[in-house]
Amino acid sequence: MSRAAIFAKIESATSSIKEKAAYPDYDLSIVHSLPKLKGEDLWDIFVHNFSYVNGKAMTSIEQLSAFLLETKQLHGYCDPALYDTIGSKLAAAGLTVETEYHRDRYDEYQFGVTRATGAIAESGSVIIDDDRTSHRLAALSPWVHVAVLERSEILRTIPDAIAVFGDSPNIIWCTGPSKTADVEGILIEGVHGPGEQIALLV
Amino acid sequence: MIGIQPIDQYARDISDEKQASVIDGSSKGTDKRYTVLHKDYPDPDKIRKLAASIKDHTLHHLEHYLEKAEKSLIARGVNVHFASTDEDARQTILSILRSHGVTQLTKSKSMAAEEIHLNPFLIENGVECLESDLGEFIIQLDGDEPSHIVKPIIHLNRRDIAKTFLREGITDTYNDDPETITRQARVYLREKYMQAQAGITGANFVCSDTGRLALITNEGNSRFGMAPVPVHIALVGIEKVIPQEKDLAVFLNLLGRSATGQQLTVYTEFINGPRSANQPDGPEHMHVVFMDNGRTDVLASNCKEILRCIRCGACQNVCPVYRQASGHAYRSTYGGPVGAVLSPILFGSRFPELADLPKASSLCGACNEVCPVDIPIPDLLLRLRDKAKRESVPSAGAIPMSPFAHLATTPSFWRTAITMSKAMNHLPIQVAPIKPLQDWLGQRTLPEWHGGDFRKWMKNREKAKS
Ligand code: SF4
Repeated sequence: MSRAAIFAKIESATSSIKEKAAYPDYDLSIVHSLPKLKGEDLWDIFVHNFSYVNGKAMTSIEQLSAFLLETKQLHGYCDPALYDTIGSKLAAAGLTVETEYHRDRYDEYQFGVTRATGAIAESGSVIIDDDRTSHRLAALSPWVHVAVLERSEILRTIPDAIAVFGDSPNIIWCTGPSKTADVEGILIEGVHGPGEQIALLV
Repeated sequence: MIGIQPIDQYARDISDEKQASVIDGSSKGTDKRYTVLHKDYPDPDKIRKLAASIKDHTLHHLEHYLEKAEKSLIARGVNVHFASTDEDARQTILSILRSHGVTQLTKSKSMAAEEIHLNPFLIENGVECLESDLGEFIIQLDGDEPSHIVKPIIHLNRRDIAKTFLREGITDTYNDDPETITRQARVYLREKYMQAQAGITGANFVCSDTGRLALITNEGNSRFGMAPVPVHIALVGIEKVIPQEKDLAVFLNLLGRSATGQQLTVYTEFINGPRSANQPDGPEHMHVVFMDNGRTDVLASNCKEILRCIRCGACQNVCPVYRQASGHAYRSTYGGPVGAVLSPILFGSRFPELADLPKASSLCGACNEVCPVDIPIPDLLLRLRDKAKRESVPSAGAIPMSPFAHLATTPSFWRTAITMSKAMNHLPIQVAPIKPLQDWLGQRTLPEWHGGDFRKWMKNREKAKS
């Protein structure tokens, strides 16, 4: 009932518009931010912009385990598909690594290692895709999220990242750690989501 | 007090502390927006105009794009509902919740939900409904109203919030350190997310070609609200539709920068359907409720351009009247310049009551200049003033604004004022022998004069007309 009423009202309103605006013909390069795209290597550009939003880019598992040990984030989750390449090495460094996420113990996971599907160099965002993330909550509830990324998956611009959306029902771009400035405009990180967003290049 | 507009009364009564919070928050917002847009783009105006033309095209063909969005969503397994009025929307959402047996949910910030006062309604009907955006959460605890589109608690300071947390038992010791406040909310809310059976969100954009909803938050609350629950309901104004995914690049690049000076908001989510088959978390059921609630009346009016609005709050930040009076002075969900236009028409039956809002502007043109979709807000305000005159809405207190109105609508006076520009900063205007002007200035100071913007706006306006 509502549907028919709404469409009737819309049609009556739009039919009286004399000059209807045409869809503009435009080139997406208009929204590229050139100062943010300086450089040749996509990983370098990504790292620059990702650091700007307080993300941490890492290139080795040793670097990651050192960071986790140093910040006392000792217990976490690792996507089973990444256990052999990453999780086992974190465990060898003395961290406790689970490959199953138990939601009744959501509080206990201090870090979560999951697959990123890509990254956007221009904005310093990691892309998380529902189809390829082993566990939504494991990428979200721990204080540290480690998004595992391959060089070939880095996209140059925001329009490039939109062009490859594909079929996934849930895609998230994470541009830095969770944050708020609600209290007196003061920046605080780690509101509901991770307080540390790491991109690990493998 | 005779002849004072309600909005002026608010500006008079606002406490110094509250006013300082609002002025500080909004001016910071304006500065950040300016710096970031101009650092990243040689000519941001071009992108604003492009965004405006995409929105106009969509609105002029809304039946086509809305239907297309509906079809795309259905094809992706989403249940699509339509609601003509606020009451329809509330009932639709309640019946969806009942059909899934939901008794507890979290809600991420949605202006559409604010507009229909969804929270109190659901709570009255036995559904525990908790706001998860930090600012909105505090508003809910206080039984307050948001006073800014993007920064709902711009009017509060840390001491206010710490007191609320103590009073409401979120903590048992007073601590007004912003980081501690945030951690307390983090712990409290995650337990609620995990207990909830549904998540309610709004949407910033809906792409008609694939049905994808784009949803942005900095805190990650909408992401958390949806990850552990089986049901996702999105309440969406019908004007949120855009033609295609490609257009998102234009809007997302403008929205973050205009709202908070960020290139992109931290979490930008794109959702068009229940979770993937191999994903253990996330909703199995997704519902989208498209709501009219007066939007088609706006579309039929001579102020339809306001439907381009992407709710960035930049016009609020920059507006001298908003800064002085605060968002609450506008007495409806949408405050500031956008609200001065939108509220009186959106809530049509309240038009006489809100008819003072379009008058609460010096027509300085700043709101138009910062608007990412180039809405000619000063023009629209004039059209609404005209409507009030035509419908002879009794206007309490036409007097206080009249010196300004006179200045603003008489070109020769304005030109003189402009040429005097810098001198205006030194005029002993507080002691001018005009009683209403003194009333108006009693509680405020004029912003430092930078000059020239209004003339530029007028010129563009004339050009646009010819
Ligand atoms: S009217 Fe323009 S500036 Fe104001 S909130 Fe809407 S989009 Fe932003």
